[in-house]
Amino acid sequence: MLIFEHSRPNRAAHAQMPALSADISDLPTNLLRQDVPLLPQASEMDVVRHYTRLSQKNFSIDTQFYPLGSCTMKYNPRACNSLAMLPGFLARHPFAPASTGQGYLASMYELQEMLKDVTGMAGVSLAPMAGAQGEFAGVAMIRAYHDSRGDTARREIIVPNAAHGTNPATAVMCGYTVREIPTDKEGDVDLEALKAAVGPHTAGLMLTNPSTLGVFEKQIQDIQKIVHDAGGLLYYDGANLNAILGRVKPGDMGFDVIHMNLHKTFSTPHGGGGPGAGPVGVATRLLPFMPVPVVTKENDQYRLLVEGDIPATIGRMSANNGNAGVLLRAYIYARMLGAEGMHRVSEFATLNANYLLKELQQAGFDIAFPTRRASHEFIITLKKLKDETGVSAMDFAKRLLDYGYHAPTTYFPMLVPECLLIEPTETESKETLDAFVVAMKTILAEAYATPELVKGAPYTQPVRRLDDVKAARELDLVWRQA
Amino acid sequence: MPFIPHTDEDVTQMLAAIGAPSIDALFDEIPTALRSGKLTQVPEAMTEMEISRLMHERADLDGRQLNFIGAGAYEHHIPAAVWQITTRGEFYSAYTPYQAEASQGTLQLIYEYQTMMASLTGMDVSNASLYDGGSALAEAVLMAVRAHKGAMRVLMPKTVSPLYRAVVRAMVKNQHIELVELDYDPASGMTVVPTTDMGDFAALVIPQPNFFGVLEDVDALTDWAHAHGGRVIALTNPTSLALLKAPGQWGTAGADIAVGDGQPLGAPLSNGGPYYGFMTCKQALVRQMPGRIVGRTVDLEGKQGFTLTLQAREQHIRRSKATSNICTNQGLVVTASTIYMSLLGPEGLKRVAATSHANTRSLLAQLCAIAGVTQAFSGHGFHEAVVQLDRPVAPVLAALQAQGILGGHDLSADYPELGNALLICATETKTAADLQCYAQQLGLALSK
Repeated sequence: MLIFEHSRPNRAAHAQMPALSADISDLPTNLLRQDVPLLPQASEMDVVRHYTRLSQKNFSIDTQFYPLGSCTMKYNPRACNSLAMLPGFLARHPFAPASTGQGYLASMYELQEMLKDVTGMAGVSLAPMAGAQGEFAGVAMIRAYHDSRGDTARREIIVPNAAHGTNPATAVMCGYTVREIPTDKEGDVDLEALKAAVGPHTAGLMLTNPSTLGVFEKQIQDIQKIVHDAGGLLYYDGANLNAILGRVKPGDMGFDVIHMNLHKTFSTPHGGGGPGAGPVGVATRLLPFMPVPVVTKENDQYRLLVEGDIPATIGRMSANNGNAGVLLRAYIYARMLGAEGMHRVSEFATLNANYLLKELQQAGFDIAFPTRRASHEFIITLKKLKDETGVSAMDFAKRLLDYGYHAPTTYFPMLVPECLLIEPTETESKETLDAFVVAMKTILAEAYATPELVKGAPYTQPVRRLDDVKAARELDLVWRQA
Repeated sequence: MPFIPHTDEDVTQMLAAIGAPSIDALFDEIPTALRSGKLTQVPEAMTEMEISRLMHERADLDGRQLNFIGAGAYEHHIPAAVWQITTRGEFYSAYTPYQAEASQGTLQLIYEYQTMMASLTGMDVSNASLYDGGSALAEAVLMAVRAHKGAMRVLMPKTVSPLYRAVVRAMVKNQHIELVELDYDPASGMTVVPTTDMGDFAALVIPQPNFFGVLEDVDALTDWAHAHGGRVIALTNPTSLALLKAPGQWGTAGADIAVGDGQPLGAPLSNGGPYYGFMTCKQALVRQMPGRIVGRTVDLEGKQGFTLTLQAREQHIRRSKATSNICTNQGLVVTASTIYMSLLGPEGLKRVAATSHANTRSLLAQLCAIAGVTQAFSGHGFHEAVVQLDRPVAPVLAALQAQGILGGHDLSADYPELGNALLICATETKTAADLQCYAQQLGLALSK
């Protein structure tokens, strides 16, 4: 039932609104609304019950193991939420003077300093509101750098074909063309193809390391040299930073600019699809171009650096201070981890991934890159299963829902047929991983014994398999009264 | 170990299963030269009790003043149920609903949100949100240029927030899109309908209310833009739409795209974020829209269900040919907004809007009764207004701050032509006593 179907004319949650309506007779009629907008007319309890029940139709980290590869679905500590929502933080207007926000600004400054340390970069801006916006800021800085040197022939960004879709989409938004280069059998960048691709037209290379294939790019030092020798810059997509946190710094690998996904590595909530936070870190030569605002400390007082303070800035990513409340959650998480805790994140994320890989391999699953160590995630391919039984990765994923597990990422990266990208994260226990392996084995057996059973999944969710084709062909995006 | 459940026994067993001597050995593919040492700028771990003490101390330093600043972020009462339900783990810790069958809660909520936003703005369809109002405006500019397939120019009134204009500049400048400024009438504060030939343009942006809080002649501007071959991007405050004509009804044909910041609908001020950008449009433009979109469909038994749709527009499918690089939206804030709109309903939102309007009028009258304060513009307003002072604004604001009042947003840097101009706002959260207190303190500050 939709919330609109709970509506009754003249029903309302009166305690939640101003007691009386005020006079608006000064406004001319031609500017006023004549119809009543379609908002629910419901009691407070109707609304609370409706949305509480909707919440119960979701899988979430708080209720299920959620091994969604490349998304780092780790536990989101509750203290991060409750402390970021203290009244003093929530009540402050973004245009209020810096003197009224020293608590918030101090936290942001310290977060910048910690992120500089873990990434090995010279400067950090917290401005971008999501990973994709961090990518945009990063590539825009690469462009501003080349343009500032009059090096305007560099109009191409190189992207491995295993990259996230945001990489090529971002390059285009920054006015660049995109050249994709292949990946070799081991999952590493094809160095010969890279050498052939670079030249005076190369603005930069965007790379995720560990890559989306779940392996550490071993030739990163060679790649770094090839791109830099050609005059290009190196962009680090921080989607998989959880795998190397406290162990390898992107700055030490030679990257010039990186973005971090704080909703992954620093455990801020995914919130059903956001808000995220995508801070960028830069090497010294890109400092003049950082997006504003950036927090600075002068005489023990904190303030925001804006356009006038960073004259060559690529500009503003948001009207205000980015996703400030998300950044506070990340700060609180970082303080609870401490230096040792950050080292442990990558250790136990890697331990869990390699353990799960080994157990699934033993159970008869095909590992996409069996000769490689897993990073914090790995890929299995169900190509053989599909050929033999007709059961696809999608069917397998849907059946996992019946066993109470959120499915891994399916059909990404596109290079591996019928793939499941599995990322357990460091916050899951051995018992959870063992139970997941049992479910995977059970479904594998079902796929051979009763393939139709798996193809018809799920059976236990609020709905059965949905008709996506109908959804796209007969668009129904808003409810209309019958 | 914070947030890691492993016992020593677990680690031993897991390493044995892997066949590795130590956790360190699992990193043996990483070149030794690249391994970093200890982190030096990350302090030792704090317990929950210790960080709790620190954050309470910091929060107590912040946000204690009586606030009369608006300028794009508005203080409204948020019912208690809104964030209590929003932060339930099932909403808080879920992700993008890739597995639709296990995400019907989030998906249905977004479908309901899309319905509410489309109706508020008088448009046909809505997406599931963008990052904030500024970036939503930038996406609307890109969308209008894509749809026009010719003109690379967009008309941007000076009455659009200077920060929004800065975001748009940053996001479109590398795609050779020209932003042409439109002047406003210094008497009314309203954008002047162009009388000279503006050449080909993809769209005209119409802010309603505009950054000065003034209401634009949206019908005349819309009809002018359409008559000259451009589309109309409406930039609106969603609270105001409970009172004001919806963009879909502007002029003869209505606006084509409506965007704005959803913050007033249930998001706290929170130092500027997270908020969200909304975007709605006419049916004909739906395939040009960026961001996630939820559709209603049926399952294989014919039962109603919800799923992400039109994904062929998006980066994970189209890669370099996508409508935008956007991936996530601002889901959790949209969750809060949907619950907020459901609790307020049409009557509640109208009362919030009307009370804010009346409070601002009352404040404006009280301030303009003080010697040295005049109203800047004659145009009708919603819940903000510009006043001009007889002296520089900054020291006056400082004097008010010393009395615990944030007196408004100083316009003198962005609009030097307006002199000592101050943008004020009084929402429904302000009582008659609050308004009197402000007027009294401003009178004192100006009497010195």
